[in-house]
Amino acid sequence: MTAPLDIRPTRSRFNVARLSQQALNWLKGLIPPVVAIVIFLSIWQVLTMGPNATLPTPIRTIQDTWELIINPFFDYGGTDKGLFWQVWSSLQRVAIGFSLAAVAGVALGILVGTSPLMYSALDPIFQILRTVPPLAWLPISLAAIQQAGPASIFVIFITAIWPIIINTTEGVRQIPQDYNNVAKVLRLSKPTYFFKILFPATVPYIFTGLRIGIGLSWLAIVAAEMLIGGVGIGFFIWDAWNSSRISDIIIAIVYVGVVGLLLDRLIVFIGTLVLPEEQKK
Amino acid sequence: MQVLNSPTQSPSEYLSQEPFLVIDNLSKVYPTPSGEYVVLDGINLAVKEGEFVCVIGHSGCGKSTLLDMVAGFRQPTEGQVRLETQPIQEPGPDRMVVFQNYSLLPWLTAYENIYLGVNSVFPGKPEKVKKRIVMEHLALVGLEEAAHKKPGALSGGMKQRVCIARALALRPKVLILDEPFGALDPITREELQEELLKIWQDHKITVLMITHDIDEALFLADRVVMMTNGPAAQIGEIMTVPFARPRERSRIMEDPRFYELRNEALDFLYHRYAHDDTE
Repeated sequence: MTAPLDIRPTRSRFNVARLSQQALNWLKGLIPPVVAIVIFLSIWQVLTMGPNATLPTPIRTIQDTWELIINPFFDYGGTDKGLFWQVWSSLQRVAIGFSLAAVAGVALGILVGTSPLMYSALDPIFQILRTVPPLAWLPISLAAIQQAGPASIFVIFITAIWPIIINTTEGVRQIPQDYNNVAKVLRLSKPTYFFKILFPATVPYIFTGLRIGIGLSWLAIVAAEMLIGGVGIGFFIWDAWNSSRISDIIIAIVYVGVVGLLLDRLIVFIGTLVLPEEQKK
Repeated sequence: MQVLNSPTQSPSEYLSQEPFLVIDNLSKVYPTPSGEYVVLDGINLAVKEGEFVCVIGHSGCGKSTLLDMVAGFRQPTEGQVRLETQPIQEPGPDRMVVFQNYSLLPWLTAYENIYLGVNSVFPGKPEKVKKRIVMEHLALVGLEEAAHKKPGALSGGMKQRVCIARALALRPKVLILDEPFGALDPITREELQEELLKIWQDHKITVLMITHDIDEALFLADRVVMMTNGPAAQIGEIMTVPFARPRERSRIMEDPRFYELRNEALDFLYHRYAHDDTE
């Protein structure tokens, strides 16, 4: 009876020790980036302290935008909304455009990857179109769609789709010959081959494409909104520039960066949920 | 016994004349920019039903090409391979292949890997029967415990056992093994050789196996086919292994004939057809 009682506290103490060790390591890992940020802010402060400085100092920036920072949820009607709502409407556009791009891109990628004829026909076109900058699509999509909102969603779609197509195609073409040989020997039906071999083997490549795609989407929406207007973080920046609120621009840029990082992490996180353990090498 | 949907039956008198598996004047030529490259040149071999045949030769001698044509992955340039008088056109579950690199799907468990084949080859069988077939064959290779582990969690020997179980679960007419134990450590290799031998004896299955290992070939095979070097490789010699079945490794090692055969094979591979030799 005494033996288990002896073991339990030792084990839990051991875990506590390990947890605090982990927390300590984590804090240690935070030191270099924190130091880097402090140095960056100091340089910024020094450079913008002079009377002729064109940009506000970091301290000034925070003073100017304090209301935006502490209250991201205000809504005074029109485009006069808190940063949360600005980011939220941009995210909605990205969500629609990116989801469409993901579905269409994966489907096209599988089609092109499985058919050598399709590959030789379409791959050169994809390779050319993927290099077109997102904003170059905006005029033509405005001309075609005639409405600002859907046109900006189309820009997201057309920007995000190329890396998704190209990576999915690559994934299909890289399916190990061994797996295809297994499918041939077992004479797997087309649907079984698709769900048991082709799709699982391609998933890591698809997620690489999705990750590049979401990054490009976020780049594109900020630029597109600047031109299109309405509620959105892109137009917020443009509007702030027009009314000379430079501090607002800086704080919005920080928001854009953080949201972009979170979107990237979100795709990686979904990837870790979906990807089988064996494929995470 | 065969549940496989066999194509049109041949006349019975023809069946009685022709051996089970026939490799008939088989050649494989690849066109290259600098002219034709002959891999195999006129291979003839007849394998009886239930026979265990090993093919040995230096790497690059076209052993794998030969097996690929028996499996149906590649088509011969000349000649043909016939199984029960039917020319082989494409891969199929009547000629299951066990690859050196396991070729298990890493996202499926051992059970699911075998079930995939069983379900594809016997789609008409009731679910219960299919499940039983899978479990029986996992048991056959001693892996019931690991049924729900994925290949990443299995050792090399266990993975190869799953492959063998997957192959046998489909009741193939011929089991084709392409250096199946090449990547395993010596102890596991010996264990698996013994298991394979036992399975072969119990199932009366026809086996065609490629190996690099002369001792392995002599322990397992009824006949050892020794290939000359490529290009234009041919069958150099066929050695009949006289040891009585069931075989025991220790008994064979004591048999003086084992060393005679071993020396003969070594002489063939390292003197008459040493690697830099050309015919």
